[in-house]
Amino acid sequence: MKGLKIAVLVKQVTDTRETVEAKVGADGTIDRNALPAICNPDDLNALEQALRLKDRIEGSQVILISMGPQRAEEVLREGIYRGADEGILLSDRRFAGADTMATSYALAMAARKINPDLILSGRQSIDGDTAHVGPQTAQWLGWPQVTYAEQINPCDDGRIEVRRISDDEVQTVRTTLPAVVTVGGSSADECRPCNVRRILDYKKQPVTVWTVDDLGGDMARYGLSGSPTQVVDSRTIVAEHKDTAWIGSDEEALSQFVAQLVESHIVE
Amino acid sequence: MNNFYKDNDRLKRQMTHPMMKRIVALKEEGYTQSREYRSAPENFADAVDSYDKVMEVMGEICANTIARNAFDVDAEGPHCEGGRVTYASGTQRNHEILTRSGLYGLTQPRQYDGLNFPTVMFVMASEMVARADAGFGNIWSLQGCVDIIREFGDEELKAEFIPRIARGETCSMDLTEPDAGSDLQSAMLKATWSEERGMWLLNGVKRFITNGDADIKLVLARSESGTTDARGLSCFVYDRNWGGVTVRRIEHKMGIKGSPTCELAFNNAPAKLLGSRGLGLIKYVMSMMNGARLDIGSQSVGIMEAALREAVRYANERRQFGVPIATFPAVYSMLSNMQAKLDGARALLYETARYVDIAKLLAAKKDLTDDERAEMRRASKYADMFTPMLKLMAGEYSNQVAYDAVQVYGGSGFIKEFLVERLYRDARVTTLYEGTSQMQVVAAARYAASGVLLNRIREYEADAAVMDVGVKAKVRLRKMTDEFEHMCSAVAAMEAEGKSYHARNLVEMGARIVISYLLLMDSKSDSRAALSAAVYLDMAEAQNLQAVAAITASGDKEQLESMKEMFVKADCGCK
Repeated sequence: MKGLKIAVLVKQVTDTRETVEAKVGADGTIDRNALPAICNPDDLNALEQALRLKDRIEGSQVILISMGPQRAEEVLREGIYRGADEGILLSDRRFAGADTMATSYALAMAARKINPDLILSGRQSIDGDTAHVGPQTAQWLGWPQVTYAEQINPCDDGRIEVRRISDDEVQTVRTTLPAVVTVGGSSADECRPCNVRRILDYKKQPVTVWTVDDLGGDMARYGLSGSPTQVVDSRTIVAEHKDTAWIGSDEEALSQFVAQLVESHIVE
Repeated sequence: MNNFYKDNDRLKRQMTHPMMKRIVALKEEGYTQSREYRSAPENFADAVDSYDKVMEVMGEICANTIARNAFDVDAEGPHCEGGRVTYASGTQRNHEILTRSGLYGLTQPRQYDGLNFPTVMFVMASEMVARADAGFGNIWSLQGCVDIIREFGDEELKAEFIPRIARGETCSMDLTEPDAGSDLQSAMLKATWSEERGMWLLNGVKRFITNGDADIKLVLARSESGTTDARGLSCFVYDRNWGGVTVRRIEHKMGIKGSPTCELAFNNAPAKLLGSRGLGLIKYVMSMMNGARLDIGSQSVGIMEAALREAVRYANERRQFGVPIATFPAVYSMLSNMQAKLDGARALLYETARYVDIAKLLAAKKDLTDDERAEMRRASKYADMFTPMLKLMAGEYSNQVAYDAVQVYGGSGFIKEFLVERLYRDARVTTLYEGTSQMQVVAAARYAASGVLLNRIREYEADAAVMDVGVKAKVRLRKMTDEFEHMCSAVAAMEAEGKSYHARNLVEMGARIVISYLLLMDSKSDSRAALSAAVYLDMAEAQNLQAVAAITASGDKEQLESMKEMFVKADCGCK
């Protein structure tokens, strides 16, 4: 296979895994400044797959694209320290207020400019959890998409083979390129660590910033005006428990417990 | 994410110590390397930024990988089969992530794929690794063995071996033999030149070799047949790929179980000579040992950091009589003593590392000016003096701190599932290997006897005098120094036996004064250090008084003779 140009979509998110009570306000909102900003975990899984393809196919290139404020260049740097070649930040006030539709439009326009063979993204982000952006990007570009991937392998005929996981099955699918693949889930391989030699080599390299003007396209599709999502209400759901049942850990007790859950229609 | 660098503000402070500007400028050859290497810093601030970023990666790996694997590594340990060692699975993962992160070869020159960081930064990395897992700390720290190839090897040897460190190859220093421990000059492993193979061949047995199945070995062997002393010993480099060394067994140890301690059989193992024949022990191994002693200083500090944190956490979690036990004077007094010992040992650790840096960097520099030559002599003298003092004090303190951490835990500390139990076992070896505490006293005592230690203390006294810190403390320290001076003279007047008998008292007295000054000067910009300085000074003053009493009371020859008589027996009944 000839060298692939791979674009990886990454997002800077608030590390909600470390959310503790002190950082959640009375109204249920999270104090973002009190929490660390990190690269979305699934996006790192996507990056690892991109880097493995790069390791295997000579002449490949991995380019990170992120949309966000200037600070989001941190995740691009982190990606470069882990092995990506380059990072492009889409940053412009006119991107503000974007929902997944407007975000994916901007990312798709950036991808058109780069013209990659393959776009990888995380399955979903830990802040929005919509899992929209990857599929929507594919839709804008009119490319095939494969979601919930855990492993990507090149085929001899120029296609790629993707192992994807759903709740109860594992599928192996092949697709032509260009394509969009979303990666993530607990069984995806962890991303390689930052390499300190890359840190020292690239710490001073400026990150490329593109604005709406660099992307062109339909101005009405960017930012708030391109976002059909309307947030009507938001509330904190607190799950309360009514009963406590202690069950044994042996086979029999567990079967009995499952039977009870089925009987009471909690699981089917 | 936990991070052993970011959660410890004592570390970053070391990067901006006044001596660091000189150290970094020397290491970076006046920042000229940035023309050739993209990774090289352009100025001091740029260098500190690089150190900070790299230590952050190190701190993250220590907290999230090495520390988390440590419990299993301790339980599983390494295995020996067919003459080869396999690390515990956690050890393998630790080693792999450090290699993939590009962290090996921290201090080696860029031309040999190193990061060209100063010793101070290596000490910092080692301290964090030891806090996570002291046993794994050995495998990490032993990369420093190639320093002697860098310092004394020819170009070919350097190019062959140093770049392999960055690729994750490990090292060992093969010195000890069944009959040559503290007394290394009696080493008997034989080196003979083979015309046929064009290499030296090694034959014999080595014992207690840490990481004995390493890729690259530095071996002390007798190259001059018919000799029995140090002058017949040379230093050799052995590559595991050449074959000829098998691991006979791994010792079952009390602690640092992740680190394989091996008995080795050399059977016509080919090797290359390092430097000149006959200088093996006298020059090269002494240099390597000093590096290893500094490493044990870092290891001791790392263990103390872990032990104190565990103790403080537990003392706040554990409630008795309705309150956390940390509220009891009996407990917080213990904790503050532990803190003072940790801060004190760390202060001496970095002070030593700074002198090691200056001494080594100037020794490697060409065309020294007269001023630089004087600077080198001074730094090298202090590096040689402080290294055994550090190893002695930090090793002893790490045992005391680990002991107290178990004490804070009460009965729970005696149970295997708690970290302090392992720390207590791991700490034990720090006063034993790389020279026992008693051997450190021998190495440091000459500086007490020659007045070098006293002079250095008087210099600290002058430095502190112009600083706006602890007026009363300075008066007390001056008095302690006067007493130390007095005791130096008293011991100097004794016969050889008395000098030797009181060497430890003298060295420890001096070390405690040095540490007190270092803490006092630190306290200028740091309130926690101020508390540690106060607690440490109280402790130092009392212990120095005790030493004065001991030297004054038991100076007479007769008492020493009767003690010796009581314990030196022809038949001790222990056969």
